[in-house]
Amino acid sequence: MIDREDRFVPVTPQLAFRVALVGVVAVTIFALIFFRLWFLQVLSGDQFLATANDNRVRDVRIPAPRGDIVDRQGRTLVDNRISSAVVIEPEKLPPPGRERTALYRRLGRVLTMPPKKIRKEIKDQRAVLPYSDVTLKNDVSQVVYSYIYERQTDFPGVKAQTVFLRSYPRKLLGAQLFGTVGEISPDELKQSKFRGVNQGTIVGKSGVEYTYDRYLRGKDGARRIYIDALGRTKNRGPELPPDQGKQVRLSIDLDLQKAGQEAMEKVGVLAEAGPGAVKRGAFVAMDPTNGEVLAMGSYPSFDPNVFAKPVKPGLFKKLNSNEFGAPLVNRAINGAYPTGSTFKAITAIAALQSGLITPETIINDGGSLKVGNITFNNDNNVAYGPIAVRKALQVSSDVFFYTLGVQANGEGGDIIQTWAKRLGVGRATGIDLPGEFKGLVPTPAWRDRLFKRKLTDRPWSIGDNVNFAVGQGDLQATPLQMAVAYSTIANGGKVVRPHLGRRVEDGAGRALQEIEPGSARRVSIDEGNRRAVLDGLRAAAGEPGGTSADVFKGFGREVMGKTGTAERPGQANQSWYVAYAPDARRPIVTAVTVEQGGYGAEAAAPATRYILAEWFGLKKSFVKGESKTT
Amino acid sequence: MPPPVSPTPIRSVDQLTEPRRPSFTTPLDPLLTLAILGLCACSLLTLVGATKEDISDAPYYYVYRQGAYAAIGIVLMVLLSRFDYSRLRELRYGLYAIMMVSIVAVIGAGSTTRGSKRAFELPFFNFQPSELGKLLLILALAAFVVGRIRRGNDRDTTARTMLLALVPAMIVIAQPDLGSGLVYIAIAVALLFFAGISWKQFAALFALGAMAIVIVLIAAPAMGVEVLKPYQVDRLTAFLNPSDDPAKQGYQQSQARIAIGAGQRAGRGDEATQTRNNFLPEHHTDFIFAVVGETYGFIGVAVVLSLFALLIWRCMRILTMAKNLYGVLIAGGVLSMVAFQVFVNVGMNVGIMPITGVTLPLMSYGGSSVLVTLMALGLVQSVYVQGRKNASAKGRVLVD
Repeated sequence: MIDREDRFVPVTPQLAFRVALVGVVAVTIFALIFFRLWFLQVLSGDQFLATANDNRVRDVRIPAPRGDIVDRQGRTLVDNRISSAVVIEPEKLPPPGRERTALYRRLGRVLTMPPKKIRKEIKDQRAVLPYSDVTLKNDVSQVVYSYIYERQTDFPGVKAQTVFLRSYPRKLLGAQLFGTVGEISPDELKQSKFRGVNQGTIVGKSGVEYTYDRYLRGKDGARRIYIDALGRTKNRGPELPPDQGKQVRLSIDLDLQKAGQEAMEKVGVLAEAGPGAVKRGAFVAMDPTNGEVLAMGSYPSFDPNVFAKPVKPGLFKKLNSNEFGAPLVNRAINGAYPTGSTFKAITAIAALQSGLITPETIINDGGSLKVGNITFNNDNNVAYGPIAVRKALQVSSDVFFYTLGVQANGEGGDIIQTWAKRLGVGRATGIDLPGEFKGLVPTPAWRDRLFKRKLTDRPWSIGDNVNFAVGQGDLQATPLQMAVAYSTIANGGKVVRPHLGRRVEDGAGRALQEIEPGSARRVSIDEGNRRAVLDGLRAAAGEPGGTSADVFKGFGREVMGKTGTAERPGQANQSWYVAYAPDARRPIVTAVTVEQGGYGAEAAAPATRYILAEWFGLKKSFVKGESKTT
Repeated sequence: MPPPVSPTPIRSVDQLTEPRRPSFTTPLDPLLTLAILGLCACSLLTLVGATKEDISDAPYYYVYRQGAYAAIGIVLMVLLSRFDYSRLRELRYGLYAIMMVSIVAVIGAGSTTRGSKRAFELPFFNFQPSELGKLLLILALAAFVVGRIRRGNDRDTTARTMLLALVPAMIVIAQPDLGSGLVYIAIAVALLFFAGISWKQFAALFALGAMAIVIVLIAAPAMGVEVLKPYQVDRLTAFLNPSDDPAKQGYQQSQARIAIGAGQRAGRGDEATQTRNNFLPEHHTDFIFAVVGETYGFIGVAVVLSLFALLIWRCMRILTMAKNLYGVLIAGGVLSMVAFQVFVNVGMNVGIMPITGVTLPLMSYGGSSVLVTLMALGLVQSVYVQGRKNASAKGRVLVD
C-alpha cells in the first residue's frame, strides 16, 4: 500500500467530478436567473414600469361645468347653478368607533338623513370612485351650508362645498328640446360617442344636451395624488384646472318659443304635465330656406330641473305615464299621427307632378264619392261642384282628393306615396335631436306584407289610397315632417334638414365653430304646379270660403296655410294646421297639432296665428275659426 | 473504462505530524474576501435607498445597524480564519447539543413576531438560533460524516446523517421558519454528496423527498392533517400562478416582479416607488434583491449576482484545496448553505421559485443572518489558510 501522504493528490477524481457537477448546476441556475432578469427588465421593462406607476398615482377628477345653451340672440336657455353640497373627505374622518358614530349621528340630524344611510353612502361611493370625496347631499340649503361651514371643528372630514348643477331657468319652455343630463351609464361608457369620458361624469341624456354633449361637456380637470401601499396619500401633485364646456347657440328664438307655449295654453293644452292633461300638442316653427328650427314645443311639458339631481323613481314613473301626459315625449318629432287635410297639399303636388292633373283640370265635387261599395263623403256633405286644384285646397274638398286617390291607386309606382316620401314624410328628417320617429307612409306592398303575416285583417284596397290622399288611414307623420314638406313646396324643392344647433361658441359668445346641418336633398317641382298649390293655400287662409280665412281675418300679412282634422279612433278629432308665411328676410313655416283639439280651424289654426303674430311683431290675438271642414 | 466506485479516500484527517506554526501570517483568499466585502457594500448601499422612509425619524437606522453587523462579522471571520478548524471536530457533540438546545429554547422563551417565535430578544439585536444552527449543523454533521464514512456503510451513514439533520429541521419548521429548515436539509444532502456517498443513496433520498412533498402538500391536507400552516402551503404554491389572487399570497411576488421589471436596464434610482412607497413588502429583508432590481436595474442585479458567483466559485475552489475531509465538508456545507439561499431567494424574487422566507446571504438586513454567514465564510477562509499551510509544509505549491 502506498502512503497517501507521499502521493499527494489534491483532489480525488470522484470529488473533482462531483465539484464539477455542482459547478455545472450552479452555472445553469445562474443562466436561468439571468434569462429571467433579461426578460423582466429588458424585454418587458416598459410594461412593468407602467404598472409600477399605475400603482402609486391616482388621478382624482375635478368635474368641468357644462357649457351654456343660448337662443339665437344669445339669451340663456340652459346654464349652471352654483349649489351647495355636503361632501365627506373620508381620510379626514375620525377613526371608526364611538367618535365616528357620534359624528354620523350629528351630521344625520343636520341633513335629516339616518346615520346608517350616511355610512352606506360613503361605502358605496368609495367603492365606485376611490380617492374621491363622497358627496353626501347635493343642493342643501344655505342654512345647512353655513351651519357646517361655521362648525368645522365639530364636523371633521365634512365640508360644505359649492358644486355646479345644471339649471333650466326657462323651466317648462322647450324642456324636451334641451333634454336632460345624468351620470354616464356603463353602456354609454363603451360607446364611441363618449370616448374618453370618465366614469361619474355628467353627460347629456336626451335632447340638445345629448346631441351636442361633445361640445357642452367640457374637459375635466384632475388632481394627481401619489399614494403608498396602504392607499394613504403621500403628497398631492399638480392640479389641472377643469375647462368649462363650450356654449352652444341654438336657432331657437326665445320669444317665439314663449309665444308657442302661450298659444298652446290658449287652445286648452296644459303647459305642465298633470292628471288633467287630456289635450296634448306640439308645434314647430322653422325657417323654410335653411331648416333652422325657430321654435319647437311639446305639451304638456315638465321642469327639467328635476333631472339636475338624481330623480326619485316615483317621479320618473309619473313623467313616463300616459295619464300624466307623458311629458318627456317630444311630440314634434316623436308624435306620429294621421295629418288630416294638411296632407292635401302633398297629394296635390304628387298629382300635378305625375301628370295626373294639371292646375286647370276640373273635377266635379258632388259631395260624395262611391268607391266600390263604400261611399266617401265630404264633411257635412257639402258639394263644391266642378273645381280645380286651387279651389279644392281653398275649401278643402275631400271628394276632389278622394278622386285623386282613386286615380293614383291605378297608376304604377304609388304616386302619392312616392311624393310624400320625396317631400320628407315617413322618413327621418335628420334633425339634431336623438330618437326621432320615422313615421309611416302606407303603401300597397306594406299592407299586403302585413296581411300575409296575418298582422292585419285585409290586404291593400283602393279605399286605403282614398283615405291616404286626404291624410287619413294608416298615415303617420310628425309635425316636423309636415313642416319639412311644406318648406320644400315653399322654397321650390329644397328638402331642408331641420336643426337646432347653429354654432359653438366660447363663454363670451365668440364663434368657435359653425354647426353644419348636413346637405339638403333636392326634388324638382314644376314652378307652375308649385304656384298652383301655394295659391290654393293662400286662398284657404286668406280668401272668403277658405277653411282658415276667418282665423286670419285682419292678420295683415300673407299666410298660406292648410287646416287638418285627423280622425282618431276612440278619441276626439286631432286639430292640425301647417302654414307658410313668406317674407323676404324672415320666412317661416309652422306646423301645429293639438290632440283632441277638434277641427283644424278650432285649435291649431288660431295657435298658428298667435305664433306668427309674435314672429312678425303683430298684435297677438286669439281668433277661433268656425270652419268645420277636415 | 471508469475506475470502480470506491469511497472517497481519507486524506490526512488528523494532521498530528504537522508542525504547529502560527497561521496569523497566511493571508485570506483574496477573491473570496473581495466578494464578501463587495456584497456587504452592496447591501449597505441598497438599504440606504430602500429604508430611507421606513422610520421617519431615523432614515439610516437599518444602514447603521447592518453596517455594525457586517463590521463585527468581518472581524469574526478574520479571527476564525486564524484558527485551525480541524479542532472543532472534537467538539461535535457539544456543537450539536448547543444547536438543539437553542432552537428548542426559542420556542419556549423567544419573542413573538407576526405569529412566529424565531428569535431571542437581546439588547441591540434579535438573535435567531435557527441562523446560528446552520453553522453549528455544518460543523457537527461534517464531523459525524467524517467519522462514519470510514466504516463504508453508505446506507447507514445516509440514514443517520439525514436523521440528525431532519430533527432540528422539523423543529425549525415548526417555529415556523420553513426557509431555515430547508437549508438544514440542503446542508445534510450536500455533506453526503461531497463525502462521496453513492448515487444509489441519493436516488433513494430523492424518492423519499418527493414522497414527503406529496404527503405534506396534498395527501395530508386532504386527510385533514395540517403539517404546514395553510399560509405556508399557499406561499409554496402561489408562485405557480401569481396572478391567481394578487391581493393575497401572490401579492408579494407580483409586486417584486413589477419592481424588478420597472428597474429596466439602469434602474430608477430615487424614483424607485415600488420600494419607497411600500408596495414591495419586506424590502429590506426577503425582497432586497427586488430592491436592487428596481433601484439599480439590470446592471445592479448583474453586479450582485456576479459577486455571488465569485463567492460560490471560490468556495468550490477552496473545497478542493482542503487539507482533510473535514475541511472539504465544511467548505462544501457552507457552499451549499450560501448557494441554496442565493438561488431560492433570487428565484423567489424573480418569480420562478416559491416564497419560503429564505434571506439573501450578506444582502438581507438582519444581524443573525449576516453574522452567521460571515462566520461560516470565516471557516471557509480557515480551510483555505490550512490548505495552503499544509501544502507549503510539504513543499508543494497549491494553485489558487
